[in-house]
Parts: sequence; C-alpha cells; structure tokens
Amino acid sequence: MRGYLGSRLAQVLPTLFLVSIIVFGLQQLMPGDPALTIAGESAGDPQLVAQIRNELMLNRPIPVQYLHWLGDLLHGNLGYSWRLQEPVAALVAQKLPVTAQLAVMAFFFAVIIGVPMGILSAVKRNTAWDWLANGIGLFGLSIPTFWLGIVMILVVSVWLGWLPPSGYVPLAQNWVRSLATTVMPAFVLGNAIAAILMRHTRSAMLVALGQDYVRTARAKGLPERVVVLRHALRNALIPVVTLGGLQLGTLLSGAVLTEQVFSVPGFGKLVVDAVFNRDYPVIQGVVLVTALLYVVLNLLTDLLYLLINPRMRQG
Amino acid sequence: MRRTFFAASAAAFLVACLLSGAASRPAFAQTLRIGLREDPDILDPALSGSYVGRIVFAGMCDKLFDYDSKLNLVPQLATGYEYKDPTHLILHLRPGVRFQDGEKLDAAAVKYTLMRDLTLPGSLRKGEINAISAIDVIDPLTVALVLKSPDSPLLSQLADRAGIIVAPEAAKKAGTKFGLHPVCAGPFSFVRRVPEQEIELARFPGYWDAQAIHFNRVVYEPIVNSAVRLANLQAGALDLVEYIAPTDVPAVRKDPKLRLVMDNALGYQGITFNTGHGPMAKSPIGESADLRRAFALAIDRKAVIQVVYNGLFQPIAQAVPPASPFYVPAIQPPPRDIAAAKKLVAASGFKPPIPVTMIVPNSPDLLQAAQVIQAMVQPAGFDLKIQAMEFASSLAAGRAGDFQAYMILWSGRADADGNIYSFLHTGYGFNYGGFSDPVVDRLLDQARLTTNIAKRRAIYGQLWVEEQKKMPILYLWALANIVGMKKTLTGFQQVPDGIIRLQGLEMAKSGGGD
Repeated sequence: MRGYLGSRLAQVLPTLFLVSIIVFGLQQLMPGDPALTIAGESAGDPQLVAQIRNELMLNRPIPVQYLHWLGDLLHGNLGYSWRLQEPVAALVAQKLPVTAQLAVMAFFFAVIIGVPMGILSAVKRNTAWDWLANGIGLFGLSIPTFWLGIVMILVVSVWLGWLPPSGYVPLAQNWVRSLATTVMPAFVLGNAIAAILMRHTRSAMLVALGQDYVRTARAKGLPERVVVLRHALRNALIPVVTLGGLQLGTLLSGAVLTEQVFSVPGFGKLVVDAVFNRDYPVIQGVVLVTALLYVVLNLLTDLLYLLINPRMRQG
Repeated sequence: MRRTFFAASAAAFLVACLLSGAASRPAFAQTLRIGLREDPDILDPALSGSYVGRIVFAGMCDKLFDYDSKLNLVPQLATGYEYKDPTHLILHLRPGVRFQDGEKLDAAAVKYTLMRDLTLPGSLRKGEINAISAIDVIDPLTVALVLKSPDSPLLSQLADRAGIIVAPEAAKKAGTKFGLHPVCAGPFSFVRRVPEQEIELARFPGYWDAQAIHFNRVVYEPIVNSAVRLANLQAGALDLVEYIAPTDVPAVRKDPKLRLVMDNALGYQGITFNTGHGPMAKSPIGESADLRRAFALAIDRKAVIQVVYNGLFQPIAQAVPPASPFYVPAIQPPPRDIAAAKKLVAASGFKPPIPVTMIVPNSPDLLQAAQVIQAMVQPAGFDLKIQAMEFASSLAAGRAGDFQAYMILWSGRADADGNIYSFLHTGYGFNYGGFSDPVVDRLLDQARLTTNIAKRRAIYGQLWVEEQKKMPILYLWALANIVGMKKTLTGFQQVPDGIIRLQGLEMAKSGGGD
C-alpha cells in the first residue's frame, strides 16, 4: 500500500513537467499575436506593438521563453497576466474556489439524479420505469448545456423571478445568494453527468444483479432492498466511482460553456478569456493547476477503490 | 422522513432566495449595476486598450475635456483652451479639484500624467499624443503644450484616455501596477475588481461635480452573452446594459419595465481589400479597382442591415458616421446595380467567376452578414469564399497581409482623423491592405493640419471621392449605440462615443429596488 502510494506520487512531477512542455508548445502554435491583442485599439502603432513584443520576450526563441517561465515557476511564481497585470497565482486562487463550489454542487446533482436512476432502471428492467429513466438519460446526454442554460435563465429567472440569471457571490459573503447564483449552472452541468452516471450504474447493476452472490443473498431470504443496495450496488459502484472521479476532474478544470452562459467567474471563463486574449501566462498557469488537480483526483479515485473493494488491498 | 427533510430544505432555500431578493435585487441601497459586453483589460489609462475599459474609466476618471451629445468638446478638468499659435496649446484647469486620495489636481499633475503617457513602458497613449514636444507649467492652473507641428486631432485625444489625469503620488508608487488600484479625479473611487466578475466603485464625496451624482456605488458586470445580458436586465439584476444586440431590440421594446436609447455610434463596419501588402495582394480583387467597385455595387447595404441587424444600422460610404460633424452628406452609398457591376467586371479584364476569399471574425452576426453579401455579389460574377476566423487570429492575419478581403469593424473616434488616417495613409499601422496613393496621403495630411471643422470636412469630401475611385476599403454601415435600461432610470445622456456617463443618472424612487 505504502509502496503503491509512493510510486503514484513519484509520477506526479514528471507528468506535470510533460504537461508544461506540451502546453507551452501548443500555445505557440495558436495563430494570433499577443502583442496585437494587448495593444487593442492602439494596434495600428507598429512601434508600440514591437515594444510590447520586446517587453513580453516574445521575440526570444521559444526554448528561452520556456526556460524563463520554468525558472519563475520553480521559484513559486506562475507569472503575471499580460492583460490584467495581476499575478496568475492570485487569479487561480480567486477562481479555484468558484469552480470547486460549482463542481461539487454539479457532482451532487449528478450523483443524486444519476445513481438512483441507474439503480431503478436496472432493478425495474424493461418496465415503464426503465424507459423513463433511459429517456431522462438520453435527454441529459443529448441536450446542449448552453441551450439548457439559456432556457433555464429565461424560465426560472426572467419569467418566474426565482433565481438570479447569472453572476456569482462567494459562499463566505452570503451563503443564500451564493447558492442562488450557483444552483442553476450546477444543475445544468450536473444534468449531463447524471446521464452518464445513470447509464454506467445501470449496466454495472445489471451485471451485478446476475451474479451468483446476489442469487445466494436472495436465497438466504434477505429483503430485496438489502440485496440491491448492500450486495449488488457495492460491487457495481467500482466502475461508477472511476467514472465519477474523471468527471469531477473535468468539472474542476472549468465548465467553459456553462460558466460563459451563467457568467460564473471560474476556471473555464478565465481560460477562455485568456485564450481569446492570448494571455499565455494565464493559460499556462491554469492548465498546470488543472493537470495537478487531475493527477490528485486520479490518485484519490484509486484510493477509493481500495476502500470499496477489499480484495484490491492485497494486490 | 429523509425525503421530507430534503423537500423541506429545498423549499426553505427557495423561500430564502426570494426573501433575500437574490433573484432580482442587489443587496445594497443606491447601487447602479451596469452590464458590459466584455471584461475590460487593465484599468490604467496609459495601458488600457479595450473599448469597455473606457466605459469604466468614465465612472472613475475625469478627462481634460469631454464630448456632449452633439460631439462638441466641453470642459471637464480643463475649463478651456486656446491656441497661442498653431504649435502652442494653452490649457486652463478647473480650480479646487482633488484626486480621490486627496491630492490636488494642478498643472504639475497634468504635466506628470502626460509625461507618463509619453514615457511609461507599454503606454498605448504615446502614439496618440506624440505631437507634444514639451509641456510647460505656466502657473498652478495653466499648462502650455508645445507641439512638434500643428495637430488638429490632439484635442480629441485629450477628451479620451490620454486626457485622463491620474494622481501623481499614487501613480509613482504603483508604477505599471497602477491599474490594479487606479486613483483619478472622477465621480467614483475604485473599490475592488474581481476579473471576469465585477468592478466595484464607491462614490467620491470630494468630486468637483458632486451634485450630478446620485448613486453611492456603481458595479460593472461583464456578461459576454448578449441574451444573458438581456435576461439580467429583464430580471432586474442590472439597471443598464451598455450594448443590446440588434436582434434583442424587439424584446426590450416589448418589456414595459425597460427603455431603449439608440443613436448613431462613431464606429463602422467595412471590408478592407489587400491592394499592396505582400503576395496576397496579387489577386484579381487586389489588383483591379474596377473589380472592387463592382463588388461594392453588387451589395445592397440596406438589405443586409435589415436581414441581420433589424434595420438598425445606417448604410455609409465613408469612414465617418452621420453623427459626426465631419460627415459629408453628399457622399452616399450607391444603390445596388448588378448591370453596372457586370460592366465593371468586364472592363477589369478578369474573367468571371472572380475568386475572392474574405476573412470574417467568427461572430454569428458578422458571419450572417458575410453570407448575405456572398449571395449578393455572386450574380455580378464573384465567387466569394468566407474564411471564418477567431478575432485575434484574424487581426494577426490582417496585420501580416495574409488576406484578400477582411471584414473588420472599427469602434470609432470622435475626431474623424481617428477613423481615417491610420487606415488609409501609406505605411500606417491600420492600413492592413497596404494601400498607397499620393493624392489620398496629401489630403489626409492636409486635414490633419487644418483646425477649422468646415474646412476639414471639405477636404474629407475630396478624400472620399478619391477613395471611392480606388476603393481600398468598402464602407458598409455605421454602427449604433443601443443602450437598454430600466424605465425608472432617468437622466441618461447618450453620446455617439457610446461611453456611459454617470453624471445626471438617477433612479426614480418607484423603481427603487436598488
């Protein structure tokens, strides 16, 4: 167990190093000139654009630019946003709790909708319940999040006036308004993931319900609720947990469309604005932190396996 | 039991939302909430390059001069000006003005700010005021600007970001980070900014024109999606939206709680042809002025505007919108004439179909307009291909001359020079198509040296005649400022530059959710 953990942790740094090289390389392939976007309405002044390019070291060779950035990173400095002049670390620290709150709430919606629907669909296989659950799942998978978002804003905020249409209030500032601003985007995000979780839970449950130990449990006269929830579900959850971990990672990397539609100032919005404005330090910083989150979540998912399935602890 | 608990929690949350007014009403009294179409860049007047940044500056930072709704220059921090001779501009400053940190605004502060604009690394203002060769402090309330040569657009720059006077001590202390906490002499002081979320300002009690301010706090919220911006206005979460998309105008008109204020803006939409910038200029449309004129004749501007923009923009054939005193009424876009267009194509010596590739920044309305144009020019013998491109990439392609035609928008300047000179003069930065013509250059220089508006307009009249012969830029339509607001918000003065002035704005008590 300790060895396993050690080897997994040892993989973190090389992974992040590789990610940093890939991100740095990929953003150089992006068309567009950061100096032009920074100059904005003054981009017609060639001297000014050249000066900006010089100040941002954009006229240096790419490996030199990379090493310069890496050097700063090793000193704990993620650099400064070219557009806002704010430290990237501060921006990340500002946006991460927003995205984390949205991700946790979305994941909550996904789990409370997806897992029970998957169980119901498997237990009541080929009945109206199954078809209903599948229908809802199909709806969740196929409906574009931006469309659902705009429709929800129209209905819930404009027509009914129940919730604010967009924006964000931090939890610490006012928890009611915070939940009010995040509940709709979280539902929209969670809805798509709920559909995926439902499909996986259903198929895993169908496999589990056909196993010998389930038949034995039933033969022992255990109530059906106990058979389904204690015996079948526990085994069926392993692939669902893997999937859930990956989905949570995706959520933490920022839900670009949902954050745009609901104007939630999280990671997704930050990175989209950074890409549109060619704000390279922000793109690099956000991607690096996202990669770190992914690695940590993967590790946690693997550890969760060990908790769910005791046989794996001996492996 | 558990189910009851969840249901009760959800109901309690919903009631809490409604009671707390989370749905529609901000929590503090006398707050004005303004929706912006994008998040501004750094809030340093010397370093800022975004249009929406100018709207936020209008809340924090007064300028030496401002514009009224007729685009007349009016005093702000300067009470007046005089030209001692064409290269000596004397500015008289308003007495008793203080910056938001208590510092006094005087001639030394003006000199410091203009020098900062000219020397700060990365300053975007340098090119706008580089006609200034020296700044002399005559007395605490008088400054003399010595110019390298006469420069008629300079005053208009002093009515824009270059005319914002910053608090010297705060600026010296902060250096290039001044934009993180700007200190100026405007009606509201900077409180905080959460990028991509909001910019909050608080009323500055020491403002020189304090009686014109009727809010305690202003919050600017960037909301990129126009439908969501509108939804926020409809739901009451915003009091004013600085730009309503033309397609959303009917919805605002239908809403009894909302009001729409609309007028001509200073910007325009055009198509720049590559006539002399690199190998891409070696195309039929780049080489033949006849073809470019034929292309223009094949377009029915009014029809495009009707289809894509609900008829809200105005067709033009010059870079200056009808709102400007420099607008030449005699220069009107010709009606669509396919027969004449075909004749010009035949006269060009090129055999149709004439291939043209046009870069279009990939916003839905522009792409739709480009598609309508594509259908319109086809009968005249053009095979127009649309190359949709993300904006920053299109800008780089334009700058590199990597295009045949480029559909680009300019936000516009109050002085016509800002809409024309750099776009048409040989070798200048916005002249992406590499157009060069000695007659056009001469007229542009002549207009720059002339301070009389009527005389300048006459020069521009000649310029447009020349421009239409060679057609390096095909001017399509003048943009419009479309502002949406609560009906209870009064005192709004629309100025063609689209900047939202907070002076005079007031919320009627009946609409007092704020």
